[in-house]
Amino acid sequence: METNKYKQDINITPELQQRIDELLSHYPSDKKKSALLPVLHEVQDAHDNWLSTELMDKVAEILEIKPIEVYEVVTFYTMYNQKPMGKYTFEFCLTSCCGLRGADDMMEYTCEKLGIKPGGTTADGLFSVAGVQCLGACGYAPMMQLGDFYKEHLTKEKIDQIIKDCKAGNIILHDK
Amino acid sequence: MATKILLDKINVPGIRSYEVYRQQGGYSSVEKALKTMTPDEITEEVKASGLRGRGGAGFPVGLKWSFIDKKSGKPRHLVCNADESEPGTFKDRYLMEYIPHLLIEGMITSSYALGANLSYIYIRGEYMWVFKTLERAIKEAYAAGWLGKNILGTDYSLDLHVHCGAGAYICGEETALIESLEGKRGNPRIKPPFPAVSGLWGNPTVVNNVESIANVPWIVNNSGADYAKLGVGRSTGTKLISASGHIKKPGVYEIELGISVDEFINSDEYCGGMMDSRPLKALVPGGSSVPVLPAHLIYKTANGEDRMMTYESLAEGGFESGSMMGSGGFIVYNDTACIVRNTWNFARFYAHESCGQCSPCREGTGWLEKVLHRIETGQGTMEDIDLLWDIQKNIEGNTICPLGDAAAWPVAAAIRHFRDEFEYHVLYPEKVKNRDHFMNEPFESIKHLITN
Repeated sequence: METNKYKQDINITPELQQRIDELLSHYPSDKKKSALLPVLHEVQDAHDNWLSTELMDKVAEILEIKPIEVYEVVTFYTMYNQKPMGKYTFEFCLTSCCGLRGADDMMEYTCEKLGIKPGGTTADGLFSVAGVQCLGACGYAPMMQLGDFYKEHLTKEKIDQIIKDCKAGNIILHDK
Repeated sequence: MATKILLDKINVPGIRSYEVYRQQGGYSSVEKALKTMTPDEITEEVKASGLRGRGGAGFPVGLKWSFIDKKSGKPRHLVCNADESEPGTFKDRYLMEYIPHLLIEGMITSSYALGANLSYIYIRGEYMWVFKTLERAIKEAYAAGWLGKNILGTDYSLDLHVHCGAGAYICGEETALIESLEGKRGNPRIKPPFPAVSGLWGNPTVVNNVESIANVPWIVNNSGADYAKLGVGRSTGTKLISASGHIKKPGVYEIELGISVDEFINSDEYCGGMMDSRPLKALVPGGSSVPVLPAHLIYKTANGEDRMMTYESLAEGGFESGSMMGSGGFIVYNDTACIVRNTWNFARFYAHESCGQCSPCREGTGWLEKVLHRIETGQGTMEDIDLLWDIQKNIEGNTICPLGDAAAWPVAAAIRHFRDEFEYHVLYPEKVKNRDHFMNEPFESIKHLITN
């Protein structure tokens, strides 16, 4: 797996453990595996937005399932990252109306501004840009996902402002 | 103003909070159901309403409920499908984001009807802020005594939780959704057995779309018969339409089924007409999976009748000259849109989202994407157009789940109605190099180049 190329410090803090326990309480006690997807989201959010093999093994241990059961899920779903991503990852929806209403232009503009290609990350590790499939915001196109939130009706001016806010640390990524 | 069932309170300040929702009469269907009705009586009301599944397939909700296995003695579950991933569709998010307690109320009343004591809302992972909105709303509902043990002092108990996916269109298919809820890859299951017999953890399960469930409180508070008075024929009630594309006012609208497509596109109450007043070229009325309609088949059917916003009228003419209501993902195109590019865009989506389980879909969606990309970028041949037709025909009907059909139909319809535009791409490759090729030179203005 690609994850083996990178190192990650694993830290299941008491707060994270508490959140995992809360998620586990939503399923019957003999169906812990059901909590896998939500638990992976929480663990990934707490670990710089990616999942190393070691971290996946840790999740397997917590849910009392085999590591392969975690790997096969992580590699199936697009929201789990198997390599380090920028702190601020801009995911542009390219499908349907977004494509119709300028998503490609917006992504190209952003990439140019940051000096990276789609799928790339800036050298300082602050930004990544990726093109993704339909995010369900077709009426508010063009748009992108940033952390837990959507940034909609994008214009070049809006993108400039978002990048500025990210650099100044004024962007909230997760809805706690 | 048309009757609104789902969005009538959407503009009440603070309706997102429990207090305001309750002050506005929220949760009254739970009181009525638990205190005065049997579960079967509720199912009968929903049957009488004629409510059809709002996720895309349009299967009668009450009938689906009646299939749930009540004899096995196993626990039963209601799972709400909030995976909303069909391109062009964003209505469920709107409901959950702005009036989350309506869905929770519907889940309680519907779970009671099914005899489910543990139910879930499965929401796509990208809607993470909505997931958290629902989590908070569920906590409020527990605190107010609408969830948990012995609700309202009755024998009925219900635990309700929200579960998030992680980016996979296929999980909107109900058996893939169940797999995903069990913590697995979203590979659809072979049916039978249907979820009503063996669903979540092998237990009898009903999976319903957000909008379907959100209609249940109104049906219980009023009656199935009252609901059936709205709409036309077998298209009863109201429907949320996600309107997008080249229109003046994209957004989510609740319509009474039976208004005309013309009214929906052109009236100020809904889409407000075409953006920049450019001509209408095409319409995808029900999400990316349904056949695209060319301009002359949008306002009128092939028989010359007015095209209405109903399940039947949108499908009038079959695939030859009609389309489908689908999820209500209503995408409007003006003359600057390129049908080939749009079809390629959809094909890329399906190729990306195929779970890979069935070869016709796994391989076929990739081929469709490649061949369409070739044509769109001016590298295609005339044989490629026939090849596309052949590939889509070999996918349709040959897969475990409907994703294969969903990938095939838009391609077939695009070739059926816009073949000349494909041929133009083959014959004039230098003219389609730029991705905005019809922006300054709409196809209509250069069509004569290939008609003779």
